[in-house]
Amino acid sequence: MNELRTLTALELGAAIRRGDVSIPEVTVLALNAAESAPHNAFITLAGAEAMRRAEELQKGLGDASSPLYGVPMAIKDNICTRGIRTSCASKILGDFRPPYEAAASAKLAAAGALSVGKTNMDEFAMGSTTETSFYGPVKNPWDLSRAPGGSSGGSAAAVASRTCWYALGSDTGGSIRQPASYCGVTGVKPTYGTVSRYGLIAYASSLDQIGPLARDAADCAAVLDVIQGRDPRDGTSLDGRYGHLLEGLTGDVRGLKIGLPVDCFGDGLDGEVRRAVLAVADVLKSRGAEVVELPFPVMEYVVPTYYIIAAAEASSNLSRFDGVKYGWRAEGYDGLTDLYNKTRTQGFGMEVKRRILLGTFVLSSGYYDAYYRKALQVKAVIKEAFDRAFESCDLLLTPVAPATAPRLGESLSDPLKMYLSDVYTVSVNLAGLPGLSMPCGFDLSGLPIGAQLIGPHFGEGRLLNAAHAFQLDTDYHKRAPKGGITA
Amino acid sequence: MTWETVIGLETHVELATKTKIFCSCTTAFGGDPNTHCCPVCTGMPGTLPVLNKRVLEFAVKAGLALNCSITRYTKFDRKNYFYPDLPKAYQISQLYLPICRDGRVDIGGKTVRIHELHMEEDAGKLVHDPWIDQTRADYNRCGVPLIEIVTEPDFRTAEEVIAYLEKLKETLQYLGVSDCKMQEGSLRCDVNLSVRPAGSGELGTRTEMKNLSSFKAIARAIAYEANRQIELITEGKRVVQETRRWDENKDATYAMRSKENAQDYRYFPEPDIPPVRLSEEYLDALRAALPELAGAKRARYQADYSLPEYDCQMITSDPALAAFFEDTVALGAPPKQAANWIMGQVLAALSARAMEPKAMPLTPPTLARLIALVGEGRLNRNTAVKVFEAVFDSDGDVDAYVREHGLEQISDASLVEDVVTRVLASNPKSVADFRAGKDKAFGFLVGQVMRELKGKADPRAVNERLRARLAGEGPAPSRGGPRE
Repeated sequence: MNELRTLTALELGAAIRRGDVSIPEVTVLALNAAESAPHNAFITLAGAEAMRRAEELQKGLGDASSPLYGVPMAIKDNICTRGIRTSCASKILGDFRPPYEAAASAKLAAAGALSVGKTNMDEFAMGSTTETSFYGPVKNPWDLSRAPGGSSGGSAAAVASRTCWYALGSDTGGSIRQPASYCGVTGVKPTYGTVSRYGLIAYASSLDQIGPLARDAADCAAVLDVIQGRDPRDGTSLDGRYGHLLEGLTGDVRGLKIGLPVDCFGDGLDGEVRRAVLAVADVLKSRGAEVVELPFPVMEYVVPTYYIIAAAEASSNLSRFDGVKYGWRAEGYDGLTDLYNKTRTQGFGMEVKRRILLGTFVLSSGYYDAYYRKALQVKAVIKEAFDRAFESCDLLLTPVAPATAPRLGESLSDPLKMYLSDVYTVSVNLAGLPGLSMPCGFDLSGLPIGAQLIGPHFGEGRLLNAAHAFQLDTDYHKRAPKGGITA
Repeated sequence: MTWETVIGLETHVELATKTKIFCSCTTAFGGDPNTHCCPVCTGMPGTLPVLNKRVLEFAVKAGLALNCSITRYTKFDRKNYFYPDLPKAYQISQLYLPICRDGRVDIGGKTVRIHELHMEEDAGKLVHDPWIDQTRADYNRCGVPLIEIVTEPDFRTAEEVIAYLEKLKETLQYLGVSDCKMQEGSLRCDVNLSVRPAGSGELGTRTEMKNLSSFKAIARAIAYEANRQIELITEGKRVVQETRRWDENKDATYAMRSKENAQDYRYFPEPDIPPVRLSEEYLDALRAALPELAGAKRARYQADYSLPEYDCQMITSDPALAAFFEDTVALGAPPKQAANWIMGQVLAALSARAMEPKAMPLTPPTLARLIALVGEGRLNRNTAVKVFEAVFDSDGDVDAYVREHGLEQISDASLVEDVVTRVLASNPKSVADFRAGKDKAFGFLVGQVMRELKGKADPRAVNERLRARLAGEGPAPSRGGPRE
């Protein structure tokens, strides 16, 4: 049975439709793997629901047409699932069970997806290591002493360890791409708006986007084909306008112009990472792509701009967690203000409180112009820098992170260093662009290295096809961590 | 020293859309607590607001009617504060690019400038239960759409304030964008007031008064607060800029605790709602569809129908009433008669039923028919009033009712009597023939009477009266009232 775990989601879907394996069988496989895995990748395993669902899907198999039908997957715990605890890895949500289902997971369910549970994450998606979770840190399947990245660290670890075949994550400043990179899986942050945010518990509304983490580009394309599209319940949502992604994966990159922003390969970038990322350009060049170097002179502004805007929105978005209506409420309060103070002081973790305070400060009267308004102006400058870059190339190739996965415990003591490690990913969210992270090598410690492809708005097809071309010629995405498969 | 009072108003008006501003819950007033709400308007995690296009349309209509310039690129902003009646802990409102700016309203020769008009969502209600000493939150009102209309400090007297509010109410009701019921809170007014020595060009320190639930309360609060400030200044004390609450029972204002100690709402652009661009076509279409407002109607009624000013005032006091009047006239009813019916029977019937004109079951064709029957001399007016009462609640068929109850004027003996008298007088030969024993002549006379009465008379009644008159009886006395 364990060789099933080495299949991609599309391969497993085909095996299920051929009748090689039943949906309940693979569901048991996934649930057992999740229960025995040492990674703490899940906050909630919905075993009973998953088995019920597996039986139901098996009965309907005859009419199944979706390539993902019956394939076990997992959902990041900031995506609302009807009747199943959705905690955002925070104490303050307590045992919150939403009476509604997020648009993205509902669309997947309609295509026959089978969720085994909710994955661990940084609290409210605030963090780059999945160590800020109230439910404890996630361990990187490649090295249990290391962080899986974050905030979608549980989703990345569940896919990397071959526990489930794909997962949903969310990406506000790199939260899909960076853990995908640290865990050696492929992840896509779609063009802002193309996946409905309905049911995604907001961190920074103007930057948040749901996307897939999976074994390869083709699996990501299959998931995006299902979840993309305008949703009347999300006013910022729109159609992907890029046609059918899976069908577009030809591997043909002849004439594709790949831009290398020189400012992304300068100081602060680990040498092994640099070599591995630049090697991606060589592989694509050998398939007929062109590579051009270009300036991208805004890198020093992207991190502060991101942290001002994201924190400002977060301070407002998280105000609703006040102990009045749902979730957890502190005990022993005296009056309304005390109820607020005690609940929020005890209910939020340190990193969340840090960002709420930062956001509250930058929106305060007298500071708004100096920080928030200025950040919006810089955001426009960053967008222009991308617009200029895409005048001379079709997509950009950059690192995902300056280095491979850090040791657990290393980052929490120095939040500023953690923030700075987001330098290659946050600009993509500020500009609303699609970004993809894929495995492109391993460092000397055997840790995965990721490369990032960035496209213009609605450029998902281009990104996925380039990644697919790379994956046709390499096998980094096929390598699994030793602990991952208990064969 | 003479003092001048300077007043500016902030008026919140609930829009009469069927659904809330960001979700599809009903906006109906009342309802059991927390039955008119959903995950969106209660701010559950992960839910998102989606702008109700109707709200935009109503706000633009209001802005156009108040002579505002309309913002072609408008945005929403978040106003952040903690309070249990505000489940998201922020109110979606407009600060930086409100939908309308720079309007004006004319009130009896004076122009009041509108600073801005913006869209926002209403909050819920907290109900304190002293019995169990607990406060409960009712979110039914959360997300009911509001427009806030802010004037410049252009008022000098309570009378001007009331005149403005009446004009505003009338305008918004005519537009159909709000029912403006102060008692249900769909029109709420905050009064900003300061005083200064007459002739001074500088504004004094102002206070803001809230909880003003009637025009009367507004007038009294203005008088009280102006006096309070004048006394303070006269005694050499300072007016403190603060929010004050009007206590209706005590007839006084009291300093109110603010919602947060520091009133820093940390406004910033609402990221969940994309900016709205208004096209010229959109605005032109709304402009073209603006209904005729009360003032224009009054002028037209006077000019076209020669109605007295009083009648015009009465009929235009409510848009539904004015529409009812116009439809009735369009069906052929003489305007003055239609006006009399509306000011008399219609208003009395509505008032007896405590009913709004727009809820009136009676339709214009029914009243027009009734007026026509009276005009054609087929019902006398007193009978018609009876018929009106009978058909009002069900909008019944006037002709059927008259027929079924034998109320046609024919059975009104005086009319039959008149016709009999006339027929007898104009047919002396037939009378002589009948008296000479020719029974055929009687049949002829019956025929004549029936023809005069358009065949709708009761033949037995005609027979009876003819025989009696031919037998020498005098005309029956005419009755003043309808037949019981």
